[in-house]
Amino acid sequence: MIGFLGDFDLAEEAAQDAFAIAAERWPREGTPANPAAWLITTARNRAIDRIRRNRTLAAKVRLLEMPEATEDEMDETTIPDERLELVFTCCHPALALDAQVALTLRTLGGLTTDEIARAFLVPTETMAKRLTRAKRKIATAGIPFRVPPPHLLPDRLAAVLAVVYLIFNEGYGGRGELAAEAIRLGGALAELMPDEPEVHGLLALMLVNDARRAARFADGEVVLLRDQDRSLWDAAAIARGRAALDRALALGGRGPYALQAAIASLHVEDEPHWRRIAALYGELARVTGSSVVELNRAAALAEAGDVEAGLELAESLELDRYHYLHATRAELLRRLDRVEESRAAYLRALELVHSEAERRFLQRRLAELR
Amino acid sequence: MKYVLLIHQGDTPLPGTDEWAQLSEDEQKAVYADYQAINQTPGVTPSDVWLESPETATTVRVQDGQTLTTDGPFVSVKEALGGWLVFEADNLDAAIELAARIPAARMGGGIEVRPVKE
Repeated sequence: MIGFLGDFDLAEEAAQDAFAIAAERWPREGTPANPAAWLITTARNRAIDRIRRNRTLAAKVRLLEMPEATEDEMDETTIPDERLELVFTCCHPALALDAQVALTLRTLGGLTTDEIARAFLVPTETMAKRLTRAKRKIATAGIPFRVPPPHLLPDRLAAVLAVVYLIFNEGYGGRGELAAEAIRLGGALAELMPDEPEVHGLLALMLVNDARRAARFADGEVVLLRDQDRSLWDAAAIARGRAALDRALALGGRGPYALQAAIASLHVEDEPHWRRIAALYGELARVTGSSVVELNRAAALAEAGDVEAGLELAESLELDRYHYLHATRAELLRRLDRVEESRAAYLRALELVHSEAERRFLQRRLAELR
Repeated sequence: MKYVLLIHQGDTPLPGTDEWAQLSEDEQKAVYADYQAINQTPGVTPSDVWLESPETATTVRVQDGQTLTTDGPFVSVKEALGGWLVFEADNLDAAIELAARIPAARMGGGIEVRPVKE
């Protein structure tokens, strides 16, 4: 719809109209033989109606000249998967990075503005303005709705990968359908750019981590990696992920996604080699300069047996508003039998945590201290 | 779509300056050739107005009914406008590619690509 109309908001309104009509009509008249085609046809015709009524959109004259579509003309095969065009448009360099991420999450991920705002720790109002400005810029400045031509494609990829990864992470916290969407996008990118190691690296990372989805929660409660029921791990996804990792490494990949995928792959071995994992986190921290990665290295060091080194590293990091920092400190302090400090750290983590399941997990750990 | 490409020379060596004289003859010729090629690009309306340098500008503001005049451009001299082109293009990517060919873009200045209201 967006490719057809060149306007996000108009496409959204037309789609909503179509769904509203369907909701009202289909229970009475029965579901059409091809519901998707009916919806798209109806949405297109509603959009044409709106444009005709709105004179200021006279620039879209070419649409007025199009005959109204009929259902017979559309079948499943003519409905294009525009998600790749959409993701490259959303990630166009003329948009600020935070706008790229927000727009992709909103249009491809289907998150609400409020959910996106919470994910990035900004007020909803700020995020709403960011989205509006970005959509206006796409329309007004003529950002094309397309997959970039070959000479531009490599440069446009880095932003797209970053955004896909962010979508995956939002899904990984519990919204499973978002993770699947990110993996689908990642798979499509891997087909489109088979010689890019980081594309395979990202796909590998997402697959291996997502494979553990069913085991991460039991009855809505968080289950740590070491306690997970491995029969719930998706072995096929892990295999697919490792195949993608092999491709990335064969292409010489030592970038952030390939490294993270290698770490993820090591995590799901029967006896994870924590020292090797810690070393890879160290390499990754050098490549990215990320304190969060250093926090992961701290945890790996502790798992390898060096709890004090892990705690020292964790406490050197400037991540005071990051609940995982305090949760990690709390756990390491507990192992060192520093109970009061551990309690304080759990309380601080509880102030900052978002997810209800993680809140309950932290509360349980806190209660076990007493 | 119509775009205006606003050329900010920034640190770009300009004819008549010492910095320009320090460029090789080939580099100087390349600059002229690039501008000529750009002016001949389909869709480009060459500008018949070329501005004097930003140092020659005067900025006018009115505050509480008083006209205030300051020497120089509205922004810093380095940031000020040097000239512009009008370009009819299919989309922003095409305008960006043209902007990248303008010498100022690679020599210490920047090109602002702004869509024209339709």
